Amino acid sequence: MITETVLSFAEALGARVLRATGFLGRMGIFLGAALVRAALPPYRVGNILRQVHFIGVKSVFVISLTAAFTGMVLALQGYYTLRKFGSEGLLGPAVALSLIRELGPVLSALMVTGRAGSALTAEIGIMRIGEQIDSLETMGIDPIRFLVAPRLLAFLLSVPLLTAIFDVVGIYGGYLVGVHLLGVNGGVYFGEMKASVELADVANGVWKSLAFSLIIAWVCTFKGYFTGRGAEGVSNATTSAVVVSSVLVLVCDYFLTSVLL
Amino acid sequence: MMMNANGNAKCEPCALGPYTGGNPDPILRLVGVEKTLDGRKVIDGITLEIPRRRITAIIGLSGAGKSLLLKHMIGLMKPDRGQVLLDGADINRYSRRALYEVRRRFGMLFQTGALFDSLTVYENVAFPLREKSGMPEGEIREKVLRILRNVGLENALEKFPDELSGGMVRRAALARAVVTDPEIILFDEPTTGLDPIIRNSILHLICRTYHEHHFTMVMVSHDLPDIFQWCHHVVVVHNGKVVEVGTPDGIRNSVNPFVRQLVEGDITGPLQLM
Repeated sequence: MITETVLSFAEALGARVLRATGFLGRMGIFLGAALVRAALPPYRVGNILRQVHFIGVKSVFVISLTAAFTGMVLALQGYYTLRKFGSEGLLGPAVALSLIRELGPVLSALMVTGRAGSALTAEIGIMRIGEQIDSLETMGIDPIRFLVAPRLLAFLLSVPLLTAIFDVVGIYGGYLVGVHLLGVNGGVYFGEMKASVELADVANGVWKSLAFSLIIAWVCTFKGYFTGRGAEGVSNATTSAVVVSSVLVLVCDYFLTSVLL
Repeated sequence: MMMNANGNAKCEPCALGPYTGGNPDPILRLVGVEKTLDGRKVIDGITLEIPRRRITAIIGLSGAGKSLLLKHMIGLMKPDRGQVLLDGADINRYSRRALYEVRRRFGMLFQTGALFDSLTVYENVAFPLREKSGMPEGEIREKVLRILRNVGLENALEKFPDELSGGMVRRAALARAVVTDPEIILFDEPTTGLDPIIRNSILHLICRTYHEHHFTMVMVSHDLPDIFQWCHHVVVVHNGKVVEVGTPDGIRNSVNPFVRQLVEGDITGPLQLM
């Protein structure tokens, strides 16, 4: 009796491990296939630009809005803390370094996941359940090259640019609150920033945003491509894509920070 | 077109003569094909031949494995066992790239039409030519307009799929399936969900296309017994197995109780569905 219980437990555990390994393997193969197709010609420039417009241009407003309020709240919190040490003059570097090294890449990635990543999963998922992906296959057109590679490249182009916009708008949001509301000297705000922010800090943000864009594009296209059946399948895939992308972005952020510091 | 006993339009007699079975030169052969999905054997050792330049109908109950058979024929699904031979070569042994080349010989009309939502009717039909043919845009336009005129969609060029009726979607999908001049066209329930008049017009269109080009056609259908007047060869599938193969008349007059029940649409018989 005990032997049977142990055996059935081991069997169930083994089945789960096999499923998980298979899933990770499929994800890995999918990413590899997408990267190879994205790197090799022909490049679908028109298709890539359309995706850049959807992922990048259409996200500018929401990114700017988020960035402005993030910079403003950073300035408020930063001023409150720095004033305790009589270092209000360091508000500029505090806001800029927080945004450039950390909050800019992370929050931009999370916003893009919510706005464009989820839409991407739903779009590809609907194409899957509507047999449009099968239809591409029957025409002899590689769906990964046609659907996934342009979106991957568009994410890699758009997210770092959106992060740059986030950083700039956030810094000006901090300036608005710090200088105009709290009375920090404007010259000191930008002067200290110029003295403290180095190219390595900017590079750090760029590397992070590139890594995050790869994660979002990978997870969201994968979830859409292998969506379940029917409307419920697409709905589950979309939810799962947003959750998994967001968690992976935060996990990856920790490891990248520890490597890049 | 001729009229049958019921007064319905009937397909003109095939220029190649009726199919009598035993074609020595089938274009497609499935040999011992097996497929298991979610622990259920959905195709169970199917062996069948698709005669070249004939219309083959695959009939059976819903869930019998008919659509899966089509997907195996074009390499969208790989069998767990068995072979899918196109002109004698197993398509499952091809590399991915070679398989994409082989698929240029196919056209497929999906049950839902599977038109691309973001493209107009014209763009949908032009799509395979733009992507694969290397034809100049002027020639593409000429060809697409000619085919869309043939299917009666010349006034719907700029419409998007969600602006079309069910029949128009199928006609656009048919135009897209034939625009590349394939050798084999697969139809997955091309008339499901359409009213009788639209259904007949789609079948007429398929028949006319056949007479113009003599493509090999394979059609999964539930239109019984009407489908018998639109095909040369019938394959009856049940529970993932081929139950009977023959000419429309042969199947219509089959003594197999399951086939009789299917053809007559009887609720009593070997199949207890209620």
